[in-house]
Amino acid sequence: MNIHEYQAKAILRNFGVPVPEGHVVYNSNSARDWARRLGDGPYAVKAQIHAGGRGKGGGVKIAKTADEAKQFAREMFGMCLVTHQTGPEGKTVNRVLIESGCNIADEFYVSFLVDRATDKVTLMASAEGGMDIEEVAAKTPEKLFFEAIDPVAGLTAFQARKVAFKLGFAIAQVKQAVPLLMNLYKAFVETDCSLLEINPLVLTGAGDLICLDAKINIDDNALFRHIRIRDLRDYDEEDPMEIAASQYDLSYIALDGNIGCMVNGAGLAMATMDIIQHYGAAPANFLDVGGSATIERVTEAFKIILSDEKVEGILVNIFGGIMKCDVIATGVVEAAKQVGISIPLVVRLEGTNVELGKKILADSGLDIVSADGMADAAQKIVKAVKG
Amino acid sequence: MSILIDKNSKIITQGITGATGLFHAQGCRDYCETQMVGGVTPGKGGTEIDGFPIFDTVEDAVKKTGANVSIIYVPPIASADAIMEAVDAGMDLVICITEGVPVLDMVKVKSYMQGKKTRLLGPNCPGIITPGQCKIGIMPGYIHKPGPVGVVSRSGTLTYEAVWQLTSRDIGQTTCIGIGGDPVNGTSHLDALKMFEADPETKAVIMIGEIGGDAEEKAAEYVRDHMTKPVAAFIAGATAPAGKRMGHAGAIISGGKGDAASKKAFLRECGVSVADSPAEMADALLKIWQP
Repeated sequence: MNIHEYQAKAILRNFGVPVPEGHVVYNSNSARDWARRLGDGPYAVKAQIHAGGRGKGGGVKIAKTADEAKQFAREMFGMCLVTHQTGPEGKTVNRVLIESGCNIADEFYVSFLVDRATDKVTLMASAEGGMDIEEVAAKTPEKLFFEAIDPVAGLTAFQARKVAFKLGFAIAQVKQAVPLLMNLYKAFVETDCSLLEINPLVLTGAGDLICLDAKINIDDNALFRHIRIRDLRDYDEEDPMEIAASQYDLSYIALDGNIGCMVNGAGLAMATMDIIQHYGAAPANFLDVGGSATIERVTEAFKIILSDEKVEGILVNIFGGIMKCDVIATGVVEAAKQVGISIPLVVRLEGTNVELGKKILADSGLDIVSADGMADAAQKIVKAVKG
Repeated sequence: MSILIDKNSKIITQGITGATGLFHAQGCRDYCETQMVGGVTPGKGGTEIDGFPIFDTVEDAVKKTGANVSIIYVPPIASADAIMEAVDAGMDLVICITEGVPVLDMVKVKSYMQGKKTRLLGPNCPGIITPGQCKIGIMPGYIHKPGPVGVVSRSGTLTYEAVWQLTSRDIGQTTCIGIGGDPVNGTSHLDALKMFEADPETKAVIMIGEIGGDAEEKAAEYVRDHMTKPVAAFIAGATAPAGKRMGHAGAIISGGKGDAASKKAFLRECGVSVADSPAEMADALLKIWQP
């Protein structure tokens, strides 16, 4: 789960990590009021969307006065912000963060993530702060430093010191960096982050370290033990169909194509999308109905697929293992009747009781095309849609 | 021969009194010569369920039954603890079926397992089967058939698809392993390939990967440098956009890494026969190997 910058900073503040004073606002008048309460300018006015690269798109501005902060906030509210991470459709700005400005002497990069190669949380740091870190990694990998963290010992002071010296800090900053890094690690572990990124970590003119930006992703699997963080979910940032799907434990992701897919199992669902592309068309979605596709869930899955206006045909691909094909077939028939499907529907069933399942589809009186194997199914739906 | 399990494996189910645990314990017991010897549910020790003796702790279960393999269905909140309990009890193999285990719990488990003999499969996996002998997992037994091909995969139903393609062509399998779709798991593709290479009965391997991480690339390097047996592969997720988690927690293209096209290209460079379509997994193997 993604959270906003202001939410991430609030979490970090609770762990004793230095972040700028600031407040989130929902209208431009509040922007001016909060700017005044922060004291003298300048102020940072920052659009809150779940995507990086906001500065280049006009989503981050420096205001000299509270009135100017109001002016910038007014321009941002309702604006569709397009960055390299939002996709061409962009994201609408509904929240703006007003912060005290700071005098930047130097910028650094710090992040924590779970490294799949070592199965450990890893601290990654670079003196090339404020830049796109993927670019740094690609062009100058020697400028990136890594520390793998033992889960029992945690991030130790000596590891934090090593990183701080590598970043070129003077001893006064090393003394600040060590607790800062250790507290960031503590925040990472105690809130079950999958990513915690500070870009940039700033050295101010006064010689202080402060986290000027903060990005936190939370491990969805761990949300059960973080009720307060779960409440930070911003539904405006998510696809409405993905939200609807998640209410029925369906894993759904909208894509650009015109063939809707319903599959059991994440791997087979991806493979089904791939085979549609292999035969020259494009999938409209990823949809995993899971291992226990009841009539209710199959019906909801159909509704979600059909609510996408781009969908011109549906491919159902089920490998019934424990789940029997006759049960699935009954679910598909019931759902098709309830929802009323007027576009081509190809169903591929394999597995336990497959013959019975096919018979149920054939006897249903519905216009369902039965397929043998994935290739046959994909070819049939692509042909039906392309005409 | 086979890898990891055979008809001599003695298995217990952790979480046997839950509906899922019991259903699959019965399914495993019914498959060929599988020895499902009991289960563990804290607080229900000394009782029985459908003929399975229940124990309070894994340690007890091992003492009384001689079990050397455990399969876990307990909910995500208690999965890491269940795995560590099985490791502590000295199991040779632990299989965690549970989906949704927090990744930092797995980081702890991996650290805990260091220096211990236990091998872990999963979490979030369908389990393992040695056709004709022993099934420990949630896969449908009847689609398998004993034979010479090893199968390893991150995904459940896509494994069934590959197995079915083999069985439909009258080609059997030595052992089929699901390693799970999570970013931090017990056994990698590389581990599985090493075991298949060492198994005299396995003559060829199908490896099914996904977008995300670089586990498939590491396995491919092993194929290039050390493996004598032919390997075919499929990588799911060619159509997946970057930054979106495709169901499995591990299936995500991030930082411009882990996309299907670069994985496939690297696998081909390493001499792996890569199927472009998931309908051609068995055919991709037959291009470079005849049973």
